[in-house]
Parts: sequence; C-alpha cells; structure tokens
Amino acid sequence: MPEIAGTHTLSVLVENKPGVLARVASLIARRGYNIESLAVGPTEYPHMSRMTLVVTVDDVVLEQITKQLNKLVEVLKIVELESSSIRRELILVKVRATPETRGQLIEIIGLFGAKAVDLTADVITVEATGSPAKLNALLELFEPYGIRELVQSGLVALGRGNRSMTDRNTKSERPKSVRAV
Amino acid sequence: MGNNPTPVTSTPGGEAAEEMTGAQALVRSLENVGAETVFGIPGGAILPAYDPLFDSPNVRHILVRHEQGAGHAAEGYAMVTGKVGVCMATSGPGATNLVTPLADAHMDSVPIVAITGQVGSAAIGTDAFQEADIRGITMPITKHSFLVTKAHDIAPAMAAAFHIAGTGRPGPVLVDVTKDALQARTRFEWPRNLDLPGYRPVLKPHSKQVREAAKLILESRRPVLYVGGGVVKAAAWKELADLAELTGIPVVTTLMARGVFPDSHPQNMGMPGMHGTVAAVGALQRSDLLITLGARFDDRVTGQLSSFAPLAKVIHADIDPAEISKNRVADVPIVGDCKEVITELTALLKSVGNLPDIAEWVHYLKDLKRRYPTGYDEPVGGELSPQHVIKRIGDLTGPDAYYAAGVGQHQMWASHFLPWELPGRWLNSGGLGTMGYCVPAAMGAKVGKPDAIVWGIDGDGCFQMTNQELVTCALEGIPIKIAVINNQSLGMVRQWQTLFYNSRYSNTDLNTHRVPDFPKLAEAMGCVGLRAEETSEVDAVIEKALSINDVPVVVEFLVHKDAMVWPMVAAGTSNDDIKVARDMAPKWDGEVL
Repeated sequence: MPEIAGTHTLSVLVENKPGVLARVASLIARRGYNIESLAVGPTEYPHMSRMTLVVTVDDVVLEQITKQLNKLVEVLKIVELESSSIRRELILVKVRATPETRGQLIEIIGLFGAKAVDLTADVITVEATGSPAKLNALLELFEPYGIRELVQSGLVALGRGNRSMTDRNTKSERPKSVRAV
Repeated sequence: MGNNPTPVTSTPGGEAAEEMTGAQALVRSLENVGAETVFGIPGGAILPAYDPLFDSPNVRHILVRHEQGAGHAAEGYAMVTGKVGVCMATSGPGATNLVTPLADAHMDSVPIVAITGQVGSAAIGTDAFQEADIRGITMPITKHSFLVTKAHDIAPAMAAAFHIAGTGRPGPVLVDVTKDALQARTRFEWPRNLDLPGYRPVLKPHSKQVREAAKLILESRRPVLYVGGGVVKAAAWKELADLAELTGIPVVTTLMARGVFPDSHPQNMGMPGMHGTVAAVGALQRSDLLITLGARFDDRVTGQLSSFAPLAKVIHADIDPAEISKNRVADVPIVGDCKEVITELTALLKSVGNLPDIAEWVHYLKDLKRRYPTGYDEPVGGELSPQHVIKRIGDLTGPDAYYAAGVGQHQMWASHFLPWELPGRWLNSGGLGTMGYCVPAAMGAKVGKPDAIVWGIDGDGCFQMTNQELVTCALEGIPIKIAVINNQSLGMVRQWQTLFYNSRYSNTDLNTHRVPDFPKLAEAMGCVGLRAEETSEVDAVIEKALSINDVPVVVEFLVHKDAMVWPMVAAGTSNDDIKVARDMAPKWDGEVL
C-alpha cells in the first residue's frame, strides 16, 4: 500500500562535536533519503547544536530516518515540528536595477519587509527572511527584473509556545509520527 | 551510565592521577576494560602504543599476518567469549585493511574495538605518508568512532568505545589515535561516568507491548518463532527453550542463530531463507503469526518481500528500534533485549493458561519436515561429496566444538549438516558474506576458548584469501583445524552460473587441483597438512586431525565440483517458489489454510 509523501520538518539536537554533521549527512546519503534542506547552528547551550532537516517522504520512511538518526550516539533528541511551527529562511539576492526600475523594486522590498543592503548603478542586493512560500513569492516578483545572483539559507524552525526542545535532554521524546514502543 | 552531559569525572578515591604518556594510557585503558587479547600489526603511527604494550602483564598481543586477519580474529574471539574483541593497526593501509572486518562486524552485530594509529594531528589533511581518514571511511560501517588528538582524551574514548561496542545492539567501534596524542604526556584519569547523553539502549520491553504480543499469540492458529542472531547475542537460549516448550510453537533458526535451539528438537523446523529447509520456509510462508525474536527480515530470509509470509501478523522484538518495521511492518513492535522480552512473554503466557490449539499446524509442519529433510545425492563418478565430508566432521567431532565457516556453498552445508545442538558454537559471516572470514575467525575463537576444538569449514576460494593467518596460529600456539572443501571453483557462484547463466563458467574455475597443493602449503606454514580424495579416506583423515592438538591442521578434501546447495529460492523470487532440487518444487500437501 503506497503511502503519500508529505513534507516534514525535523529538529535534531546533537552534541556539538567534530564530525557530527558528517555523520548525519553521510547517514542520510547512504540510506538514500532525499532531503530538501539541512541547516545547522549553535543553540542556547554551547555543548549542543541543532539541525533542521526538511524531508518529503512517506510515514514509513520518516520513521526510519528518525530511528536511524536516533542510533547515532551524538544525536540527543529528534522532534518533528508541527505545520504551525515558525519556519524561516534567509535569502540574499542581487536584482538588476536601472534608474527606471529602482523605484518599483524598492516598493516591492518594502511590501515584503525585506531590506536593500547594497546598491550599485545597476544592481540592488536584497536581504529577506520569511517562510519558504513568502520568499518564493518575492523571488517571482524579482524574476522579470533579472536575478543576477542568489544565495539561500537552509530552513530553520522553532515550535510555537513556551516549551523548548532542550528542556529535557533525552531521546525519550520522539516525534509523533514514530510509534513509541 | 550517566545521562547528563557533565564532564568526565576524575579518578575516584582521591588518589593522585598518575602521569604517563598517551600510549601508556591506551594500554592502561585496555587493562582497565579487561581486554586480555589484542590482535594486530604495528606500524609507524601506532608504534608508540606498542612500546608499553610490550610490558603489559595482562594484555597478550597476537601478531597477525594481515590486518584483516586481526579484525576477523577479534570477531571470532568476541563471538565465543561474549567479550569485546580488540584489533590494532597502524594508520593508512593498516587501518584500511580493517575495513572489511569492521563492515562484517557491523552487519552481524559483533562487539569489537579497532584501535588505529593516525598521523600526527598537525599533519592531518595534508596527505601525509600513510594517512587515511579512517574515521571518515568507516563511518557507515561502525556503530561509533572516535578520532583522538589529545593524550588526556584517550582514556575516556577507550572507556566509551568498549561500552558502546558491547552494550545495546553490539557492534564495531573505531578509536583512531594520532601519533602525537600517543607521545604526549597526560594524567591518567579513568572516567567514572561515561559522557554519552545520546546513547541509551532500551533493554526492558514495554509491558503493554508484551501484553499485545501475548494477545496475538493466543489468537493465532499457525504461529512460528522466527529466531535470529539477537537471541544468541542476548544469551537467551534457555528462555527461548522455555517459551517454545510452554507453547509448542514451531521454531525456525536463521543462519545467525543456528544452535540457539537444538536441531534435534522436534519443534525445530531448521533454517529459513534462500537455502533454508522446506519446513522452515513453508512455516514462514503459511504462518498467521511470526514471533520474531532478534531477527531482521534480511532479504536472504524473506526472498521477494511482497510475497513473504503473506498471511502473517508480525510481532517483532529487537534491541535496535530501527530494525523494527524496516523491511516488514510490525503489528506489535517490542524494543528490548531478547532475554527480557522472552522471559516476560513466557511468564505472561504461563499465567493465562489457555494456550491456542495448534496441533494441526504442528502436524502439518512435522510432515513437511519428514518429507523434505535436507539431504544430498552422492556424486555418480565416485568423487567425494562435500556434504558427506562436512557431515562426518560434525559426527566425529560432536556438538561441543566451535565451527567457523567461510562464505558460499560450504557455509550453507555447514549450516545444514553440522550438529547444531548447542548455542554460540557457530561463527560465520552472515550479513556481509565475507570470503576469507573462516581462518582468522577460527583463530580468534581458539584464543577465546583454548580448551575447545575449533574447526574451520572453508572453501578453496575463501581459504586462499586469508590462509596466511595459519602462520600466526602455528607460531602463537593456536591449534585450529581447517577443512578445505576443495571443489576447485568458486562453488556458489558456479552454482548460479549453472542455474542462471546457461552453465557459462566465467572466471569461477580456480583450477585448485594441486595448485596450490594445500597440504604442502599447510606444512610450509608450520601446520600439519592432510588430504582425502575418496570417501573411504574421509573418516580416517578426520580422526587423524582430531588426534593432533599441538599444531594447526589443514585437511584438504578434494570434492565433486558440481554439487549444489538445495533447497534454493532464486534471488528476488518468492519463497513459495522454493526448489528442493533443480526444477523440482516441493508438494505442499495437507494444506491447513
């Protein structure tokens, strides 16, 4: 019975040790899981890092990814974030801007709460953050003007409310989609 | 084991931490974990460690002839002692030669620690002489690994490595230590708590899950105990026997679990899988409930997954949660040590009393077992039959010996025809299928059990991959016995060529008729070399081998090259299409469905 693939955001709390990113990346590659985005950075505790993984897989594969990641000794905890969680990406983009189009671009930038961070005679460099959908919409609007260069961060995400993923530093809390046994 | 990410605490008792080199700390760590034997070869980067090792009164180093031999010997040692096996190698080629045994140990969950030297930390990444990123190379084939660049990190890394290797689902752990870390001075502090907040294997099963399992068992009419290597690792053979005898449920033992339940027991249907018995394969295919204990639904057991045990619900108990529902979705998953799971399940079923009536099912399977025993035909030309040779070795040696095998036809025959009555006597490369495993694994087993008889059942192809360890055995006083089942070809590959490639024997003919001359080769390596070419010679030569206990013995049995392993399920096909001989399917009379 083929299951339907959905997009899932996993937060993976890991020990901040050399090689841990390589372990996670190599596991994902060798087991053939497709990931859309991987972002890693420090947390409020210096000995822990947090990775945010976005995958589009069915529930069976999601369960395997979670279990296999949990087997890594340096993985402390994995949580699947709900769809209502706060999900953000950062883009830096150079858009072609002539004296005629510059005004229109600045209007778009303003509407999206983005920032012009560098300006030359023919290019505006824009910094924008937001959900993937919002940033896609922004890029679509920039497209007709000509995008010269684009760099995009991986997605980072945080659950809503007052709870913190680092509250209880154990593996006991598993994402909902994994049957607790 | 501590759960908090607190730093490693210092040596208890307030005694002043002793100052020593990193190399001395490494050897002291080996002593502290109780490692008595290390198989290895020195070289530049690991050389500092070999100096204090020379003086250690507790750690015996066995100088092997190839690092692969060290790795498999560590596996063999671990398999028979239940302890963590240790192998040691230098950086670069020494370390890369350990890749195969590490992968082997990873597939078959064998607890070993591999200690490798690494170039100086300042030279890492410069393509220095004998530099290889062994931690990176072995990341996918180790349970965990450490790169240690500071002398004071050696003791905690070693303590953690042995703990990780030997607990939970056992497996190989690599400790790669740079030369400067070995040379630097440090204060030796043995960690009291391990700093492993992300490593907490679950041993005790969830009682609700065990109740669910018991419920399914009570509802079942055609249950099977599908028993894998995890039951051997958990040393749960007594618990398994209790459960089987309480319920009367038929048992199948996978390749990794041969001997964990006696073959002579009427409930044992034999080995399932590609070369399994008709009764074992039939039991799984027609079952309505698989009680899976420490097995992992390997493709060699399931055949085509979509048609595997199509009517069965699945209880899956394993210590590794990632094995559960990996290949076959479990109706009742149970994470835990098999010993605890089986004990709880048996106690629960005992208290219920009203066990299901499975008499018809048991009768059906026993009839299958009677009608399709694993047999073989004697070759027509009067040549030796390999199955006969292996069977006689088992008959004349008995079930209390340890048997290692290589990979291929002789491995399958060893699994079918040796006397599997006792647990933990069988060493083979199940998951990785490593040709060359036999000789060094047998060596390691003999070191672990010096008073037991250790036979290696090897093929002429396998033997030529790692036979140099017989030199080690001869010089170190490790009198193993190796039977070379010489069919002058890569027999299993040849069998596939016969069946699936129109008998076109591309590069499977080893021409090993007198080249090499195995008895002479054995003599050259300091062993006794024997040979049998006719059926009448078989018993005498085995008796002769059994009478020699001071040096290793190699017995060549020149056998028929066209013998095939049956039964067989062709790769990728359904278990229902099992053949008991070429183009011969079993008759599934007396269906109970």
